[in-house]
Amino acid sequence: MTATAERPKGIVRPKAKVRLGDRVFSLTTVLSGALILLVLVLVALFLVVQSIPAFSAKPNALPGLTGSFWAYVGPLVFGTVWAGILALIMATPFSLGIALFISHYAPRRIAAVLGYVIDLLAAVPSVVFGLWGVLVLAPFIQPFYSTLVNTVGWFPLFAGPVSGTGKTILTAAIVLAVMVIPIMTAIMREIFLQAPVLHEEAALALGATRWEMIRMAVLPFARSGIISAIMLGLGRALGETLAIAIVLSPATVINVFLLTSQNPNTIAANIALQFNEAQGAGVNVLIASGLVLFVITLLVNMAARFVVNRRKAFSGAN
Amino acid sequence: MNNKRFGSFAAIAVAGAVVLSSSVMIQTATAAPISSAKLTASLSGTLNGVGSSAQAVAETTWAAGFQTKNSNVTVNYNPLGSGAGLTSFESGAAEFGGSDAYLADSDLQTGKFANCAAGTTAIDIPVYISPIALAYNVAGVKNLTLDAKTIAGIFKGSITKWNAPAIKKLNKKVKLPSAAITVVHRSDNSGTTYNFTQYLASQASTVWTAAASQTFPYSVGDAAKGTSGVQSAVQNATNSIAYIDESGAGALPIAKLIVGGKSTKISAKGAEAVVAKSPFVAGRSANDLAVGIDRTAAAKGDWPITLVSYLLVCQQYKTASVGTLVKAYATYAASPAGQKAAAAQAGSAPFSKSLSAKVAKAIKTIK
Repeated sequence: MTATAERPKGIVRPKAKVRLGDRVFSLTTVLSGALILLVLVLVALFLVVQSIPAFSAKPNALPGLTGSFWAYVGPLVFGTVWAGILALIMATPFSLGIALFISHYAPRRIAAVLGYVIDLLAAVPSVVFGLWGVLVLAPFIQPFYSTLVNTVGWFPLFAGPVSGTGKTILTAAIVLAVMVIPIMTAIMREIFLQAPVLHEEAALALGATRWEMIRMAVLPFARSGIISAIMLGLGRALGETLAIAIVLSPATVINVFLLTSQNPNTIAANIALQFNEAQGAGVNVLIASGLVLFVITLLVNMAARFVVNRRKAFSGAN
Repeated sequence: MNNKRFGSFAAIAVAGAVVLSSSVMIQTATAAPISSAKLTASLSGTLNGVGSSAQAVAETTWAAGFQTKNSNVTVNYNPLGSGAGLTSFESGAAEFGGSDAYLADSDLQTGKFANCAAGTTAIDIPVYISPIALAYNVAGVKNLTLDAKTIAGIFKGSITKWNAPAIKKLNKKVKLPSAAITVVHRSDNSGTTYNFTQYLASQASTVWTAAASQTFPYSVGDAAKGTSGVQSAVQNATNSIAYIDESGAGALPIAKLIVGGKSTKISAKGAEAVVAKSPFVAGRSANDLAVGIDRTAAAKGDWPITLVSYLLVCQQYKTASVGTLVKAYATYAASPAGQKAAAAQAGSAPFSKSLSAKVAKAIKTIK
């Protein structure tokens, strides 16, 4: 035994046994964490380095680039956020309903099958959703759009002229919502299943109906989980590329008309459409728009983390 | 217990080594030195091309035909787009490129092309001619005729209904509905859009004031991704019209065009005739066959809304064997047999004798 530092008598700090397995395991976990951080840093570095020439790109380096880079990216940022918000507005009530049904209303067997089917929906590739959207949904929903424009066309959202093919931002948002529902439902379902059973039984014992019990015992407990599920869904919606590229009829505009053929494009879909024929500074402009999307997603995730952390005490451990 | 654990690790390692080494063995590209006197049957090697997606089906056909004739050669074509084709050809990642637009003067500086011998430059070889059709889907209309000014008005948004006077004047015997016109154009950059807008800018300059461009210049109508996207959009939307590669129009009816005062049906021969009589771009090497398509062509049967797609090749390659391979491949693509095969599979317009001779002469100079 080597001499240790002077300690007050009576206090002996036991030394934890460290075997080879412990060392290997801790090294592996540290390496994995470091590797992920390294990959993230490298990606961010690539984006930044490749974006620098974009800010001094001449007009017409890329079709649509008539002024400064920010004038080009502005409508794209608006389109991305607008499509994401529309998708969330449609998906959140459905996800909440499905998750609550699975966790609190359905018989056990049906709940298991339903959960499995929802997870299957998440496994469908996004290209398939895009093809379904453009070949099935758009032609099917176009007559409804026509009727909507003819009856409530005075309302700004539903102003005409209506798109003849149905390839509008509303259709794209519906496709996005269908893609996002499985993720949100899966997370919310897990959260609802973790609601403290004692609270639920106490509410029921005091005479609450099923809905009142959910409102009192489950939803407050699950609030931060619901928000993180919504943010995860928003993250997927913001980054969706090929489905939007196939379904949407884009134009370089900023408007809130849901049913016309001039719709703001999203950043990811714009890159997918333009990258093939882009050269030189045009490629840099596209990568710079990707950097803007990266920053937006980062901000959304940070906001989600902040909201979740505020309610950390109720996150389920107690 | 320990032996079992080590044994399983060892088995995985051996299996991984076998898989990796076999995948390396598949990738051999042996370029044997060939003298020009040898028969084509002794050609071997790998050719990589990147470029235009308009040529994609034709390139697959040529690759299949060429590989059948030369069993030791592999030809890979990746239809990533004309822009990616130019970049890959310049960087040397691809031995040849496919492009819907000929090389710009700024790209032709010597030495910018990694595969070309020092002091030489790249040249354009036209290999693919495709007529561009005006496909429509209008209830009860099977026989539509349009002229350049009317097309420009429709696609610019100044003519909005099918029974507009301008359209009625050209279609006196046809019953046109009083419905709104749904215009469909491409949402992605495309050589088809470039050639279509170039035609309109040349033939209807009073109405179509925008310059030719790969992106549709006006905020009119719906946009769809790719030729197939446009085709399915027109198929599913009533009272719609679009410009589309003829090979992608499917079962949609195609409008006739007024050329030189006469109503003309779309035809591969007509498209090829326009290209054959168009001048080559001035100020370039004699072997650079960049075509300045004559949109004013107005002889009987001419179809001036045409797309020409090129092979980008070096005048002289750094490696002689690569040059021989590219020359043989380009010879096949431009040969009557190759053009016939591409016409059958891709719906392109095969070269006539005169154009075929000019192109063959230029290909012979590739070293």
